[in-house]
Order: sequence, then C-alpha cells, then structure tokens
Amino acid sequence: MNKKEMMVAAIENGTVLDHIPSDRLFDVVSLLHLDKMSNSVTIGYNLKSAVMGTKSIIKIANKYFTDEELNQLSVVAPNISLCIIKDYEIIEKRMVVMPEELVGIVRCPNPKCITNNEPMQTRFKTTSHSSDIIRCSYCNKDVDLKDVCIVE
Amino acid sequence: MKNRSLVTLAGHSREKIEYLIKMAQEFERHPNRRLLAGKVVATLFFEPSTRTRLSFETAANRLGARVIGFADPKVTSGTKGETLKDTIMMVSSYADVIVMRHYLEGAALYASEVAPVPIMNAGDGANQHPSQTMLDLYTIYQTQGTLDNLNIYMVGDLKYGRTVHSLLMAMRHFNPTFHFIAPDELAMPTVYKRYCEEFGIKYVEHQDFDADTISDADILYMTRVQKERFADLDEYERVKDRYLLKKDMLVKARENMKILHPLPRVNEIEYSIDDTPYAYYFQQAQNGLYARQALICDVLGITLDEVINDSTIM
Repeated sequence: MNKKEMMVAAIENGTVLDHIPSDRLFDVVSLLHLDKMSNSVTIGYNLKSAVMGTKSIIKIANKYFTDEELNQLSVVAPNISLCIIKDYEIIEKRMVVMPEELVGIVRCPNPKCITNNEPMQTRFKTTSHSSDIIRCSYCNKDVDLKDVCIVE
Repeated sequence: MKNRSLVTLAGHSREKIEYLIKMAQEFERHPNRRLLAGKVVATLFFEPSTRTRLSFETAANRLGARVIGFADPKVTSGTKGETLKDTIMMVSSYADVIVMRHYLEGAALYASEVAPVPIMNAGDGANQHPSQTMLDLYTIYQTQGTLDNLNIYMVGDLKYGRTVHSLLMAMRHFNPTFHFIAPDELAMPTVYKRYCEEFGIKYVEHQDFDADTISDADILYMTRVQKERFADLDEYERVKDRYLLKKDMLVKARENMKILHPLPRVNEIEYSIDDTPYAYYFQQAQNGLYARQALICDVLGITLDEVINDSTIM
C-alpha cells in the first residue's frame, strides 16, 4: 500500500466513496445523511488527485447502503467510485448509475415551478438528448447537472 | 380508476388526436345536448383568462352540465395561504371534473396527481395549454382537410409563445414543415428546435416578413409581440411593426392559406384583413367551443360512439 492511499485510514468493514468532486462533498454528506449517523465516518477533503486536481473521499465504517441511496449520488457526482469493504478487502467496486427518476432529491431552479410553491416532492427525469441534463417532470425545465441544487 | 386528466397533448398519439377531431366535428354539427346533464364542472381560474374560461363554461353549459367556480383568484383561500392540494381536494368533493388555470408551471400535473376527479389544464404558467392546441389542430384540419404535410408559418413571439410550442409538439405526427419568423430576441428556443431535429421535423428560420417569405404558407400562425418581453425598449420599437401582417403582403398567398391567431390581437394583423378569405381567427376562437366539448367528454370517459349515437341532441 503506498503512502497516497494511506492519506485516509483504511476501514475493516463498510463503504468507501472515492473521486468525489470537492465542491460536492457536502452534498454527498447531506444526501446520505452522514451528519445524522452514529457510525465512524472518515472524510478526506481537498486531497490531491492526478485526474481531478483535487478530490474528496468518504469512508463509512460498518455501513452498507442500498443501490437507491448510492445511485442518487450520481446527480452531484456522476463519476464517484464505490468500494464495499469486508475484512479490509474490497469485495465490490463499481460506479454510481443515474436512476431514471429522481424523487425529492433535486430542487427545481424555476421559481414559478409548482414544486417551489407547494409542500411536495420534486421529480426529475433523465433526458434522451444528453446525459448531463435532467428535466423537471412538473414544469419541464431542463437542468444541467453541474448547476444542480439539492433539496434541503 | 385510471386518471383521465388532460395535462398536456404532448403524449397524445396521432390516432388519439384524430379521434378527438372527429368528436369535435360531431359537436360542431350538434353543439346543444344534454349529454352532461347531472354533472358539475368546476372552473378554477387562479389567473384571470376571460376567453378560455368563457369557452370552457359555454362548452359545459351547452352539454347540459352545471358550472361552479371562480374567475378571480383574489376571492380564493389561496390568498389566505391554503395549498393548491387543499383547494383541489375540497372542490373534488363537489365537482365531476375540474378545469384549472394556474400561474404556476406544473400546477396541472400536480393537481391531477392529488385529485380524485379528472383535471383539465386550462393553462399552467408558461408551460402547457392543451385545449388551445386542440382547437388549433381542429382549425387546421377544418381549413386544410388534413393535418399532413402542411407548411406552417409561425410569426412573432416564438420564445415565450406557449401556443406555438404546444402546437409544434402536437404536429410531430403529421410531417409538417415549420417556418419560424421572429426577431432575434424572440426566436424559437433551442429546446424546441432540438425537438424538431429529434422527431425529423423540417424547419426554416426567417428574419424577413414579406409577401415572398409567406407565399408557400398553408397556415400563417400569428402571435403577439409583447412589449414587456423586451429588456431593451428601443429594440421593441424597432421590431414591433416588422411583424405586423398587412393586406398587401397577401398578394402571393396560396388560395388555401388561412391566418390563425390565439387572440387577443393588438397590433399583429391589419384590421382590413378581417374581410379577406384568409382571415380565420374568429372561426378559430369559435372552434374552441367544439374542441373543449370533445375534451370534457373525453376526460369524463364518454366515447366517440356515445357522442355519435347521442339521443340527448337538442
């Protein structure tokens, strides 16, 4: 194991989220409700990355998430990589997959959208013409993933 | 029960559009019936729209339904902070169908998700206005005898004009060629041009608006260039008269060409054109009645066969 990988301590069991864009770290924390969790969570922020410039990494001990919980992260960090760890070994490694429908995750940027004016969940769908654009199911506005804001 | 709400026409198939046109034809033949006797239609206008409201209410009245509702949002509980959901749930317990105009985009879809009765979208913000689109399609069919292979010229405000966007999408089944005539500021948005490309719809963009440009038109769809849409008022002054249709511009027009306009008209069509055989905007408005009669019956589950074999015709 080289020094770079040791920048954030290894975990025995749990989930590792790597290649998180640093400016999206807190969105990932919020989407997974890590701030309300009692498990040990190790966060590496603004780490050097050859590919990304800087990146962030999160290690959550003794916690495995559902596919649904993990795939929603694709909205803020489509290139995140996931490792499932058991006994210090990576037993599964994969990328997040954008779900076809995003319910209650993304805030619609259109102030005249019904979702910003009623106590209700937002709903977005992926579009056929671009993988970086999602569309509000209510007002039909297109939103670029790089401009996405998460529902609080 | 399947929710039969009408939120948009964008998902309607060619067959469904043709079916609704046939139904509207039946109502044009016999507009006065008792087909909806015993039914209550609610018209909730959270944003004033006299034309659309009168058209829906006339459609309901001429079919024998009773109409309840409000025309002025100031009298509703919305101003007291009631949610749209609560208003819709309350009215659903009184009415068989709710016709709703709302200033927020997506309001109709949301209402259709919470309401136990069908919702008819009479316009939700800048989003959809399917009954206008239906009457436009009906009028095009009525004047041309077909919806297929037509040259449709859209003029004026193509950026904010909700009616042109809905019409463009609904025409995708019928191999149209669109011509967009608008100032730069009000040009057809990229998202709709992309839509055309996605569905293989041909389109041409023009800046000039003269007799030669429109000589191949089957339908000339005029819209209002609104002053409040311009950030630069000098620019508005420069372009506002450029998109005025004058009588002498019709010298090269095709014989079958018809001029449509969703109304109200302010300064888009010279009044002297009203007396030419090309003017069709008032008949278009009248078609709103038949189109809305068809749409109300459709959301209530009344079929074309029942409309054809209707024994309640007066």
